[in-house]
Amino acid sequence: MSLTYHKRQIIYGLLFVMPVVIGTVIFNIYPLIHSLILSFTDWDLISAPRFIGLKNYVNMFTKDEFFPMISKNTVIFSLGSVPLGMIAGLILALLVNRDLKGITIFRACYYIPVIASSVAVGMIWKWVYNSEFGLLNSVLKVFGIQGKAWLWDPSTAMLSVIIVSVWKNMGYNMVLFLSGLQNIPEELYEAAEIDGCVKFKKFLYITLPLLSPITFLVLITSIIGSFQVFDLIYIMTGGGPGYSTQVYLYYIWETGFRMFRMGYGSTLAMTLFLFIGILTLVQWYISKYWVYYESK
Amino acid sequence: MSVISIKDTHKSKRTVGIIFIYMLLILIVFMTITPLLWMVSTSLKSDSETTSIPIVWIPEKPRWENYIRAWNSAPFGNFFLNSIKITLTTTIGLVFFCSLAGYGFARFNTPLFNFLFSILLSAMMLPGVVMLIPLFILFRNIGWIDTHWSLIIPPMFANTFGTFLFRQFFLSIPKDFEEAAIIDGCSLIGVYWRIMMPLAKPAIATLSILSFMWNWNEFMRPLVFITSFTKMTVSVGLSVFQGQFSTYYNLLMAASTLSLIPIFIVYLFAQKYFTQGLVMSGIKG
Repeated sequence: MSLTYHKRQIIYGLLFVMPVVIGTVIFNIYPLIHSLILSFTDWDLISAPRFIGLKNYVNMFTKDEFFPMISKNTVIFSLGSVPLGMIAGLILALLVNRDLKGITIFRACYYIPVIASSVAVGMIWKWVYNSEFGLLNSVLKVFGIQGKAWLWDPSTAMLSVIIVSVWKNMGYNMVLFLSGLQNIPEELYEAAEIDGCVKFKKFLYITLPLLSPITFLVLITSIIGSFQVFDLIYIMTGGGPGYSTQVYLYYIWETGFRMFRMGYGSTLAMTLFLFIGILTLVQWYISKYWVYYESK
Repeated sequence: MSVISIKDTHKSKRTVGIIFIYMLLILIVFMTITPLLWMVSTSLKSDSETTSIPIVWIPEKPRWENYIRAWNSAPFGNFFLNSIKITLTTTIGLVFFCSLAGYGFARFNTPLFNFLFSILLSAMMLPGVVMLIPLFILFRNIGWIDTHWSLIIPPMFANTFGTFLFRQFFLSIPKDFEEAAIIDGCSLIGVYWRIMMPLAKPAIATLSILSFMWNWNEFMRPLVFITSFTKMTVSVGLSVFQGQFSTYYNLLMAASTLSLIPIFIVYLFAQKYFTQGLVMSGIKG
């Protein structure tokens, strides 16, 4: 009762923010710390966890024969899907960034794969890639091209998954690039036109440089996303054939929930976290220098 | 004379250009929706049409019973009920708690609030997979494995992005609105509920749509936390169904069409919130 109005307000305010703060601590911060601790142990969920120091990390880099292969596959997926997805997204954005009749319908269409669940998308494409009755091989046959086994051939499986991932994500990149394009002041183009700039030059000297902040953002988020590909792989290939599409998250899932090696699974997760954390910090740091573009 | 003809060729050049662009746009539409059309087409084929060469696009007689066959081949009724229940509960709770916290953080700027907010910010960049093993152990200890609590409670209370979104939104509302209400004797709860929330409709819509999409499409967490068939969500149930009926492509496509219908309906009506929300989550998160 003796509380001042202001103090009472602050207590209310604390009550307002507490559910989310406590939730974040329990479901995000505490698991992160627990994961770090687990990564120094050997634990199969049955016997008591055994503290083994850095042994998991040492094993990961020296003994685990899968780790280099899985890292390589993940990098291949990333190197394939990130540039292709970005180029596709940029091309789409440039195409739909104009005042044409019905342009919003086109935008909406290109965005459909983004909202579809990756489980459904994976199933559809698995059927498209089917070597006997699939749509892709039938279309190729019309052009006289001998089809392939795609997902069932180690030499093409990864490429096939990359294509699906690009198909699914290009609409998302399009929307991000589009928001960047629409922030570029029209006067710049008009000025360039007066100076006699041709279209390609305008793209090279105005669009690309002014788009660089958003390009960088798309690059980093795409890399982070590509290192966490899981659903598509799980549905379409299950890591196979052989180990040709075994990627990082799939390996964590297998280690943790198939083999129940909680300690080593956490080690793998923490390593990924470190990598992603560095990328995020780099993005934060660099984007600070680009803020003035956005405020213009 | 020359001026006119230059103008004319310029104009016709433009028309040709526009036609070219439309052709490109339509070509890309084909690229994006052909797999989806193929899905619907397959879902209506008889077993023999599914595996016929050359391929059939339009089945002789659409087999709508494929949808019933698929629906009855797995507990899809359960899957849908589970997904609807989880998605709706999570979304309502998440919007409520995020808006509450977002308002608190927008209103107060003391060191304590800033510290608490920095906790949220630091959690925002955590990749979900890092939490998967510890959460599994936590839920195992408190008996939440194979219950829907494990899928509802964490996203409901630990949505840092949503809090961030609401905070930004409330910061953009002029202070006069609140002050007038406070002078009228409104408490903080009153201001939040009667003044801020009605103003926050765009933010509420954006976050609801995002939450709907996240939770409907979520795959890895239900895969790990749910073990019994009847408690699975649509996405995980579908993947199990795929394992069991891997050669019945018409049934698989019928099931995946069904799984896409809810999100497509929402997309049809709330398209702009999908794109807006994802741009925001991309730029801030």
